[in-house]
Amino acid sequence: MGNDIILFGLAGVIASGAPIVIAVIGETITERAGVINLSLNGVILLSAMAGFWVAVESDSLFLGFLAGMIVGALVATIVAFSSITLKQSQVAVGFILAITCRDLAYFLGNPIMGAQGPIMLSTSIPFLRDIPILGRLFFQQSLMTYISIIMIVVAWFWIFKTRPGLMLQGIGEKPAAAYVRGANVHKMRYLYTIVGGALVGLAGPLYTLSVKPGWKGTITGLDGIGWIVLAITIFGGWNPVRAAFGAYLFAFLQWLGLVLQPYMTSIPSQVLQVAPFPLMILTLLFVNMGNTEWMDRLIASLPDKLRVRVSKLIRSMQSRQPGGLGIPFDRQ
Amino acid sequence: MNVEFKNINKHFGPVHANVDINLCINSGSIYGILGENGAGKSTLMKVLSGFMQPDSGEILLDGKVVTIDSPADAINYGIGMLHQDPLDFPPMRLIENFIVGQKGGLVPSYKNTIKQFQELQKKFGFSLDPDAYVDTLTVGERQQLEILRLLWMGANALILDEPTTGISSLQKEKLFAALRILANQGKTIIFVSHKLEDVEALCSKVAILRKGILVGELAAPFNSDKLVEMMFGKIISLGERYNLSQEKIVLALNDLYIEQYPLRIENVNFQLRAGEVIGLAGMEGSGQDILLRACVGLIRPISGKVIVKDIDLSNKTYHTYMDNGVSFLPASRLEEGLVPGLNLAEHFTIAGDEKKGLFIDKEYFKEKAEKMIEEYHIIGRPDLNVESLSGGNQQRAALSLLKDSLSIILLEHPTRGLDIESAIYMWGKLKERCQQGTSIFFISGDLEEILQYSDRILVFFSGRVSPPLEASTTTLDQLGQLIGGKGWDQVFDIKEKS
Amino acid sequence: MNKTRTRSSSVLFQLGGLVFSLLFVSLILILVKSQPLEAFRLIWEGATGNATRISSVFVVWVPLVLVTCGLLATFTAGLWNIGIEGQITVGAIFTTGAIRLFLGSSLSPVLVIIISILVGMIGGAVWAALAGVLKTFGGVNEIFGGLGLNFIATALNIGLIFGAWSRPGVASMSGTEPFPEQFWLPTFQDFRVSLWSIAFAIIGLVIIYFLLQGTHFGLRLKAVGKGMKSAFRMGIPTWQHMMLSFIICGLFAGLAGALQVTAVYHRLIPAISSGYGFMGLMIAMLINYQAIWLAPIALFFAALNIGGIQLPIVLKLDSSLTGVLQGSLVLFVMISQGIKQKFLGKK
Repeated sequence: MGNDIILFGLAGVIASGAPIVIAVIGETITERAGVINLSLNGVILLSAMAGFWVAVESDSLFLGFLAGMIVGALVATIVAFSSITLKQSQVAVGFILAITCRDLAYFLGNPIMGAQGPIMLSTSIPFLRDIPILGRLFFQQSLMTYISIIMIVVAWFWIFKTRPGLMLQGIGEKPAAAYVRGANVHKMRYLYTIVGGALVGLAGPLYTLSVKPGWKGTITGLDGIGWIVLAITIFGGWNPVRAAFGAYLFAFLQWLGLVLQPYMTSIPSQVLQVAPFPLMILTLLFVNMGNTEWMDRLIASLPDKLRVRVSKLIRSMQSRQPGGLGIPFDRQ
Repeated sequence: MNVEFKNINKHFGPVHANVDINLCINSGSIYGILGENGAGKSTLMKVLSGFMQPDSGEILLDGKVVTIDSPADAINYGIGMLHQDPLDFPPMRLIENFIVGQKGGLVPSYKNTIKQFQELQKKFGFSLDPDAYVDTLTVGERQQLEILRLLWMGANALILDEPTTGISSLQKEKLFAALRILANQGKTIIFVSHKLEDVEALCSKVAILRKGILVGELAAPFNSDKLVEMMFGKIISLGERYNLSQEKIVLALNDLYIEQYPLRIENVNFQLRAGEVIGLAGMEGSGQDILLRACVGLIRPISGKVIVKDIDLSNKTYHTYMDNGVSFLPASRLEEGLVPGLNLAEHFTIAGDEKKGLFIDKEYFKEKAEKMIEEYHIIGRPDLNVESLSGGNQQRAALSLLKDSLSIILLEHPTRGLDIESAIYMWGKLKERCQQGTSIFFISGDLEEILQYSDRILVFFSGRVSPPLEASTTTLDQLGQLIGGKGWDQVFDIKEKS
Repeated sequence: MNKTRTRSSSVLFQLGGLVFSLLFVSLILILVKSQPLEAFRLIWEGATGNATRISSVFVVWVPLVLVTCGLLATFTAGLWNIGIEGQITVGAIFTTGAIRLFLGSSLSPVLVIIISILVGMIGGAVWAALAGVLKTFGGVNEIFGGLGLNFIATALNIGLIFGAWSRPGVASMSGTEPFPEQFWLPTFQDFRVSLWSIAFAIIGLVIIYFLLQGTHFGLRLKAVGKGMKSAFRMGIPTWQHMMLSFIICGLFAGLAGALQVTAVYHRLIPAISSGYGFMGLMIAMLINYQAIWLAPIALFFAALNIGGIQLPIVLKLDSSLTGVLQGSLVLFVMISQGIKQKFLGKK
């Protein structure tokens, strides 16, 4: 295998990771505000179908992406309304929407199955594209891939560096304290749920218009991505940079599965393609173990000096979820 | 800023938490609001800080009537509140906490803010590291941060709710010094507390609340006895007391050391005799709840031993304690006592030791529930879910669920929410158990209850535990002072000498 | 008096949910330029038109009932066992493995079937216990642990179908080599449905009903689900109960998977769980986690599934429409309950 092929493959990882990156950032923003939007798997399928449909009809990529975002925002609004306003279980509503939107996508997408639609081409950036290795990796991509990379930085900057971003952290962490500091907790939770949903909705058309062009119904191969995005959000510790790393890791493992297939003929290709999933669980296990009681007890039983070191190590690995995640907020 | 309350009334269901409160607090003063738990202090302060609206009455700031709709509104009027449980963001950095909620441009300048923060904290002699994470700070430091933040937001009146709970004496000195500086600058300081010592050391004037009513105002210098009397009311006698304790030791605490942030309880040595009743006295959060939980395996001691009837149970689980005849009745009934969503008969089914076949004998447990409902005067039916019972009835239900033959019963506020008659009845029930050799360890905020029913008393103050006091020779006055942190040296020095 | 009023009003709200979901689906049908009434009639016909169709409805009803029964155990303990799909799949895999193992043996086919079904149940329980271990000892939320295990189960299944257990010569999506007929669970006359399966479903329903309503264990499980802390204080070993509820659910899911293999497909196929696990979650939500309405609602869902098959044949519509109908029904019922609580519940 030549270097060129590897480089080509890795550039492909950056591209095929783009929709996951965008969706993970969307969910990260939503959960940072304290709301779990579990509907992702359905939303990605529905927006993928809707975006493709609109793009086919209008022959406009832009309108396709816009349609996807609108779908995502609408579904997120339902989640927000039933969980924030009606105080129903976020998990239940999200799950129902995940299933319903998936079926809706397959149903509505039936007429456009196999249709020819516009495809987003790569736009290489002059000068930068000629940088050895990096140019091939990062600067001969499609516009949306560039946007996805920029988005990592923007989301990170927003959450950790800006004033509203700090308040966003506060709303998810301890809504009562945010309320005392003048935040309209419910309004903000609506807003960030909808914005996050719109980003997730952008991931759908990014598949059908670029990464895996076209709508092929149940064999489009997008079923399951939404669940992965949810797992990566946890893995990412609600930090866009770490989450993006998780997304690329996932895309890389999938690519590796494809590459290694010819060398491992005894293992069916379908198995290699799902190889990232158990790895995901293992990492979740790793990330969460520090929160368990037996681990606490184990650490407590260690001698003093070792205890401090071990607990520091575990603390740096584990991801701490926002304190108010999934908990409805009531004044007083 | 002058703060004035006019005819403030506030109800919570049947409870009249604030009854026609009229109060005027002048700027430049440190004003104490004193009262025991549930006296209505917090309600009054929540009304002032915009968390609640009064049912009737008005608030005047510098003579002008204002409506305060939210905490954000309050800070716009210049009223800042320091909550007992700090309302900050533990996983964030100190300086970020400082900035959240501050108006300004999209990207806050950390450099400028840190500079301003340093200047501000220098004025009060604080030395906080702006880059530290809040969850690494002590409660005292978190308070300092919050005070600085409120001042930076433009607070002219500062409400402090029980600020001296869980902070070191050094930090307390710093806090008091800072408050005096602020008062000298003309700010209004409202100091809510139940600690006599602190109020006496700090406040120029104090208002005493009891059961929602403003009992009176006093100016410094204060007479401690007078304050105690106003806080707790007149002393009424509750009939005879009798001591049922035997010689046998059922629970021994040896050099017990427990830590539960922010408190630390060291060197507890104590022996509980069979049939004995021990009252744990202290203001809420002084450590008595921690010790109680350590005696039933809910908090693991860092060192030392808990020995129940000659069996070393330190580091054993709660269920092992239960198996050894130790039972615990927590104060927060619906969170850790009763299961909301289950009815009374179902509770008796779970709690009972009898009829443990595969299937539930529903008739039997329905009858048992009916019997206990009658015996314990619970207003309810076997098929009624526990959360629909009134608080007092929930408490009676919880008591009625205790197993028959127990060595030790640990209770948190056993008669809270009960009328006097039921309370006396309840104690009758508990004393019956003492006659059979059961020992009782109980926490109560009601000093009379402690004096009346305990054989010996342990007093708690900020994690300090007193040697046991004989209840029969202790007066209400003494106890009131002790839990307020006063007179420890005299009382216990004398004890140790004698 | 008061109680009947609230009960009748809640029924009213449930019906409101049904009406709204029908309206919603009609709207969608109009959007794709189709006749809603025609589609609904077709679904009804497709489910009840003749005896074969009715028997097919029961073929779907059996796994739905079993899976939902299992889920009631986990929901009672306050757990979201989203890993149910994987538990069905692993149940099917274990059963297939057992039958393959005994294929050449001298054991009587009846015994082989019984053993294989038991092995399938154990397989489901193992998979469920794994989610439980991840939750209690790994701190991994059961939703994410379960989802991951679903993916792994699917991979395992496909890996076997295309790998170790593939048909001689060709590995294909149509599944493994069918078993000889003596290893099939006998069906009722010429219909697809097996009376044995129906009996299993009914027995399962009865067991779970009494387990949850009538036993000490069921009550303790309920206490854990309603208030874990209080339950612990009352002396209930909480994590052990959560673990057991996972295992019970896994047994039911494994049985459903085993019956899919022995009574329906007679081989292992890639989509062996057919999405029944997720459907079971929705049924459980719709019946508000009470066993009493389980059978009829599961029948309704099964009828929709079977009736939906006619949609692509006659109207050229995708059969996933019935999934939309099921999902929106649960959603609207939930929203109308929320509205009821918010605007009427306070009094």
